[in-house]
Amino acid sequence: MRRNHQIPLGAIVKGLALTAGHFFRNMRIHVAHLFGRRLQEKGMVTFQYPEERRPFSPRLRTRHRLTMRADGSPRCVACMMCETICPANCIYITAGEHPDPHIEKQPLKFDIDLGVCVFCGFCVEVCPEDAIRMDTGILEFAAYSRQEMILTMDKLLMKEGAQEPDRALMKENA
Amino acid sequence: MTEIVITMGKIAFVLFCVFNLLYVLLWLERKQSAVMQDRIGANRADIFGLRAWGLFHPIADAIKMICKEDFMPAAADKFVYTAAPFLAVFFSLVGFAVIPFGDTLTLGGHTIHLQIADLNVGLLYVFAMLSLGVYGFILAGWASNNNFAFLGGMRAGSQMISYEITMGATVMGLVILFQTLSLNQMVQAQGEYFFGFIPKWGVLLQPLGFLLFLIAGIAETKRIPFDLPEGESEIIGYFVEYSGMKFGMFMMTDFIETILLSAMLTTLFFGGWQIPYLHADGFHLGGLRLAINPVLVSFLQVAAFGLKVFCFCWLLLLIRWTLPRFRYDQLMALGWKFMLPLSLLNLAITGLVVLL
Ligand code: SF4
Ligand code: SF4
Repeated sequence: MRRNHQIPLGAIVKGLALTAGHFFRNMRIHVAHLFGRRLQEKGMVTFQYPEERRPFSPRLRTRHRLTMRADGSPRCVACMMCETICPANCIYITAGEHPDPHIEKQPLKFDIDLGVCVFCGFCVEVCPEDAIRMDTGILEFAAYSRQEMILTMDKLLMKEGAQEPDRALMKENA
Repeated sequence: MTEIVITMGKIAFVLFCVFNLLYVLLWLERKQSAVMQDRIGANRADIFGLRAWGLFHPIADAIKMICKEDFMPAAADKFVYTAAPFLAVFFSLVGFAVIPFGDTLTLGGHTIHLQIADLNVGLLYVFAMLSLGVYGFILAGWASNNNFAFLGGMRAGSQMISYEITMGATVMGLVILFQTLSLNQMVQAQGEYFFGFIPKWGVLLQPLGFLLFLIAGIAETKRIPFDLPEGESEIIGYFVEYSGMKFGMFMMTDFIETILLSAMLTTLFFGGWQIPYLHADGFHLGGLRLAINPVLVSFLQVAAFGLKVFCFCWLLLLIRWTLPRFRYDQLMALGWKFMLPLSLLNLAITGLVVLL
């Protein structure tokens, strides 16, 4: 028999022993769970996703949010740093004057197109005001249309009742 | 008249058991593989919120397959294309006719043999049906008029031929030892004991034969690691053009053949319906005696047979979910250069021992 024709019978038996070992170990734990025993052990390494969630690492980059000042207005000063660095060009900011003379500008509109965002986190890194963060822990933002993938400032500030984003402005910036 | 009714009853009972075991296997396939791989497995199909550990998934499968479009390629041979899945299922089901699932049951003055048909060539009959079953696959591949399906059908044919020889040569050892081709008599012979207490099961008489039969049998069921006729990742197989329930029938055939193989392994090598030390009138062990109602004895025997078959199904699923697929040359090398010489050696040694 040529070498490459050989059937590794020893390895086959070893493999069967391994999978059978896992089967019996996990089965014992599952059956014990039925009787309310050995609850601290797990019979599987997977998570039953919608009901049971994986613990996130604190460094995980999830959906963006804009942080707020004490009075509820955005901390963002519309410096455009994030819009400039964004490799996906998916941040659209309209700057306006801030009523407080000590603060130069504020964003009138702040939209992020999540359908384009690559979740690099550069916007967070570059912000001088700690005004944008990616620590909401929100992972489910799938939508049925591209329009719905666009986050407006209200949504980013985590307020209720968000507005429609400004399409005309987006075309202009694109 | 009563004979016909009894036979029909036995057929109904066997089909009922086979199809229910089939259902359980469809569930077990998902769940056992999951538990082996540290997962939970399919558990989302529910009826009114009752999930029952995913037990309803096979029902969902069936509904899906029945509701799907019944597609037929334009260039297919219509008659053969339609007949092929029926042939495959039919020949895998008729094999159960000669499997004895219990001794005799005396009920209301009637002695019922718990076996649909006690053919005196039962063993040959099962092999004949298994060989005929391959027509379903070859015809499916040919009638689809698809190169890949044809390749799958041809692979099924060549694989069957290669491994059937080993299978046949292996069981000849048992035939020499038991001096019979009737499966029922074989099981009866396995009720004897070595030294009065070790059950004379086929696996103790023919350990090498058991191993070879197991491997060849898995090759016959065409499941991983011998699923070259299917070969999902390369040719998809003889059923590539089939959809809906016609495909479902091919899938069923694989599972029915798994059950048939388990039943054959149990019958030939693990004492069939025999429970060690349990005889028609109760337990015997040395001087110990424990009388048991004969109807209960029959029930215990049928249950023991079912349990043994189930254990083999478990083992076959374990193998199916552990090993990767063989390469085609490995398959042929294993069959012709390894298994066939060993089975002939096994046969020669058995013959010598019996002769001396
Ligand atoms: S995470 Fe990266 S791609 Fe997404 S908005 Fe921020 S800078 Fe742009
Ligand atoms: S970098 Fe920060 S402060 Fe500047 S525009 Fe972006 S979010 Fe606002």
